[in-house]
Amino acid sequence: MTTMTLAEPAFKIKIANLPLWVIHVHNNNMAQIKRQLASRLSQTPDFFSHTPVVLGLSAVANSQTKFDFTALTTLMWEHGMRLIGVQGGSTEHQAAATQAGLSLFPDAPLRNSPVFPDPTPAQPLPPLVIDKPVRAGQKIYAENTDLVVLAIVNAGAELIADGDIHVYAPLRGRAMAGAQGNQSARIFVQSLEAELLSIAGCFQMFEEGIPQDVRNHPVQVYLDEARLVIQSY
Amino acid sequence: MSKIIVVTSGKGGVGKTTTSANFSSGLALRGQKTVVIDFDVGLRNLDLIMGCERRVVYDIIDVINGEATLHQALIKDKNCEHLYILAASQTRDKDALNLEGVERILNELRESFDYIICDSPAGIESGAFMAMYFADHALVVTNPEVSSVRDSDRILGIMAAKSKRAVEGRAPIEEHLLITRYNPKRAEAEEMLKVEDIEDMLRIPLIGVIPESESVLFASNSGIPAIHQKSDVAEAYKDVVSRFIGEAVPMRFVSGKVGFLKRLFGDR
Repeated sequence: MTTMTLAEPAFKIKIANLPLWVIHVHNNNMAQIKRQLASRLSQTPDFFSHTPVVLGLSAVANSQTKFDFTALTTLMWEHGMRLIGVQGGSTEHQAAATQAGLSLFPDAPLRNSPVFPDPTPAQPLPPLVIDKPVRAGQKIYAENTDLVVLAIVNAGAELIADGDIHVYAPLRGRAMAGAQGNQSARIFVQSLEAELLSIAGCFQMFEEGIPQDVRNHPVQVYLDEARLVIQSY
Repeated sequence: MSKIIVVTSGKGGVGKTTTSANFSSGLALRGQKTVVIDFDVGLRNLDLIMGCERRVVYDIIDVINGEATLHQALIKDKNCEHLYILAASQTRDKDALNLEGVERILNELRESFDYIICDSPAGIESGAFMAMYFADHALVVTNPEVSSVRDSDRILGIMAAKSKRAVEGRAPIEEHLLITRYNPKRAEAEEMLKVEDIEDMLRIPLIGVIPESESVLFASNSGIPAIHQKSDVAEAYKDVVSRFIGEAVPMRFVSGKVGFLKRLFGDR
């Protein structure tokens, strides 16, 4: 006979995020549910095949309706669905479901409820001010703030700001405002000669040159429903 | 206090070495003790343009490596009393230069020279970086064409960010724009950029305009810098030197229109 050795572990416990169908019911009318389920699944009879399914009760949580979970389990079985539990619902619903051998799933968290409390409003950061020419190959990034440039921005230079960009000189390079997706960011330029303008990732290049009516003009650039608007003064 | 001047451009073939040769000769002709250093290790040219290629025994790398003293490596110019040349190495590569070695050489040269001219190689790699790192002034040599202006802009940006003065937060390198190979008539015909266009793009003070001329090629091939001959280019470089040492000299060779009287009595 062999001696006793330390047994190999017979199982391992792991967490898994498995995909799961949830059937949200709006009332407890068994006849209606039965009829509509049959018509809905008539086109694709094999859509469910021994597929675990959860019954969503969020919509009826505040009502007094009662469910016959045993009958529902049988009904859904016929369509290949294996009812394994309920999600949400009232305390009575949940008690009845446990009685019928179903498990309980917590209600999906509401989208709008903030997970973290609002942080105390931060002091706005002062803008990044550049008073020397920004030259080819140079890149200036104003993180979490506005960028103010008082000297020329040459072709091949790049301005990036999470806030607005102001250039009180000719802008001949690239300017990207709202770099982290702030769609209300704007670009203000004293003389528009840019290679590229972008707000919140919505950009415009000027391969054919800048349109006559805004070229070398003071302009502001803003986003109007995903469309870049260049407005001259 | 001696001054270190880098002659740079970013782009190759615009006239850095020609400018280094003429500018240093011009300073020496004015009685200033001047040394010109070729930083283009591996592609040395300055010795050819200065006509001293047969007298190069030791070069800057030998001095950095301690294989020769500065005194042994400095070559006295044959045309100017006060000018010396420190040649680049032909046989080593650019990695042989290092900041400590360059600084040591420059500090030693500061003791006996008024002006130290550093002829930068093209590009933005280590050779160009070494040449500009310790500079007090920069002559930015630019041709009247967009690619040259773009590269000058790039090198100006690098100097503003990475030079020793910038790193230590001292007053920035004094920048001077030198436009070379300028042809006023072709600029007028919009075949090349105008002086104003280049000034508008680079926004640094203009120190001179060197006209496009056959005499530069001739001077390079003969090993005697153009400033020693009689030509527009020689006059233009002399003007640059005068402006650099603080004399007010009107800008010449920027206009293509030469009037009848002007032709008769010459350009004053």
